[in-house]
Amino acid sequence: MYKPVRIVAFLLVILGLVLAPVWLNQGRVAAVPAPSLDTQAINALEERQCVESAAYMRAEHMLLLDSWRTAVVRDGATTYTSSAGRVYAMSLEDSCLGCHDNRAEFCDSCHAYVAAEPNCWSCHNGEEGVTGR
Amino acid sequence: MKLLYALCGVVALVALAWLGAGLLRLELVFGVVIPYVAFVLFLVGFTYRVIRWGRAAVPFRIPTTGGQQKSLPWIRHNRIGNPSTVAGVVGKMALELLFFRSLFYNTRAEKRGEALGFGSAKWLWLGALAFHWSLLVVALRHLRLFFEPVPGFVLGLGAADSFLQVGVPLLYLTDVLLLGALTFLFLRRVVAPRIRYISLSADYFALFLLIGVALTGVLMRYFFKVDMVAVKELTMGLVTLHPAIQPATALGPIFYIHLFLVSSLAAYFPWSKLMHAGGFFLAPTRNLPNNSRAKRHINPWNPQVETHSYAAYEDEFREKMLKVGLPVERLVDEAEEAVAP
Ligand code: HEC
Ligand code: HEC
Ligand code: HEC
Repeated sequence: MYKPVRIVAFLLVILGLVLAPVWLNQGRVAAVPAPSLDTQAINALEERQCVESAAYMRAEHMLLLDSWRTAVVRDGATTYTSSAGRVYAMSLEDSCLGCHDNRAEFCDSCHAYVAAEPNCWSCHNGEEGVTGR
Repeated sequence: MKLLYALCGVVALVALAWLGAGLLRLELVFGVVIPYVAFVLFLVGFTYRVIRWGRAAVPFRIPTTGGQQKSLPWIRHNRIGNPSTVAGVVGKMALELLFFRSLFYNTRAEKRGEALGFGSAKWLWLGALAFHWSLLVVALRHLRLFFEPVPGFVLGLGAADSFLQVGVPLLYLTDVLLLGALTFLFLRRVVAPRIRYISLSADYFALFLLIGVALTGVLMRYFFKVDMVAVKELTMGLVTLHPAIQPATALGPIFYIHLFLVSSLAAYFPWSKLMHAGGFFLAPTRNLPNNSRAKRHINPWNPQVETHSYAAYEDEFREKMLKVGLPVERLVDEAEEAVAP
């Protein structure tokens, strides 16, 4: 090598940047969030069932919520029939938060982990609801 | 034809991942082994290429320049286009790295009637800039999958990137820009006949691979949702060297296809034209100050040549020269005075 110091320094910088997640984490495995299902409403359920299957909810609840919102606000629909035939009111605060009324331990625990910050809460803030009811 | 080979290559990769992870359920292979192998190949390849470049001799200054060289004090010197100092080189490299300065000066020659005209051609510059910056932002946003807690600047970047707040999940502008720029860079190769003529399979392959990565990522974020918590468990496991296998039922084939394409990209990177990312810093046409006229650069492996200067020759033969009446530059006395004053 003709300029070994510079070449090695360059490599160290690049490899250091690329490997930053490895050496900064130092092998510490972070705890995976365990969203709490321990609410009165859920404990009172006969079948502990969400709107759809848990796997579907975990992956797709945001798309479901978005379709609910469109259905309510644009098309004036009010109820949602799940694939299992149960009927729910299409409402973020009444349905989702009706059962999952522990938002901090439920919704937020996952969202903090994956750095998702739904902007819903700036309006659907629970106190008066969006409609001021 | 070249396009078709490249396309088949990328389609084969997609099919492989779909078959392996989606159908055969080889989650360990596709979720852990292949990413690690690809990453190691990337690191080894990158190091190997840089060291090989480092071993190439660069005895002289060969910068490509755009601007007036430093010369007489009353001629204006372009410090960045034609740097004569290290600081100037840093400026030139920074502008090149961040804003693709030399592409900005791209021109195209065209015959307008009988006259030959030169005009500026900025589309490639714009497309390349949009692509590279978007790629950087997208890559940095992915850091949220590799740190817990997520660093603030990653959160800020995500928030800024989605500030239009379109849809759920929020649309990232860089996703649109990245795919748009890649599409443009691809179309440019197919539509412009001269560029199509010089395009090789490797050119198309790199583009298709990048398009594949971006497209699967976009599909996964906006359409075929996967369980992001499981994704982060997997990625955190990988970077903390405690790999945790995730069932393909939670992640879906789309995730494994995305991961496999990224792995392919990483493994392919150092051995291909994509290595310009590293070569950029080592290019002697870019990283040297243009000071050949101010400073003498001697080729380090020049052999030692025996020389005999005229002054020494005269010293040796002065008396004989004087004897036969040949003119000499210095007489004996002067010469002796000069040697021992
Ligand atoms: C009838 C009460 C009820 C309603 C309404 C309800 N959930 Fe659930 N939810 C549950 C129960 C019970 C579970 C646990 C299901 C299981 O483990 O199979 C659950 C599970 C989930 C999970 C998966 C959590 C995990 O750790 O796997 C998510 C995400 C979720 N719900 C989101 C929502 C959203 C979003 C809404 C509104 C669209 C909603 N839920 C409405 C009762 C409800
Ligand atoms: C099992 C973990 C989990 C639980 C519990 C959960 N979420 Fe989510 N949520 C996620 C993930 C993962 C995302 C998507 C992150 C991404 O794609 O970047 C998300 C995204 C969202 C989004 C879209 C936001 C965006 O900008 O991407 C909304 C809205 C949302 N969740 C609402 C809720 C509500 C309301 C609840 C509580 C009733 C809830 N979630 C509970 C994991 C969860
Ligand atoms: C700018 C304020 C605002 C924001 C932000 C907002 N909403 Fe709403 N949302 C409303 C209003 C207003 C209504 C109409 C309420 C009505 O007609 O009863 C509504 C209605 C809804 C409804 C149906 C009715 C109900 O009671 O829930 C859903 C579902 C919904 N929003 C989901 C969401 C989700 C999910 C988000 C975050 C991604 C979100 N909203 C963000 C203002 C907002």
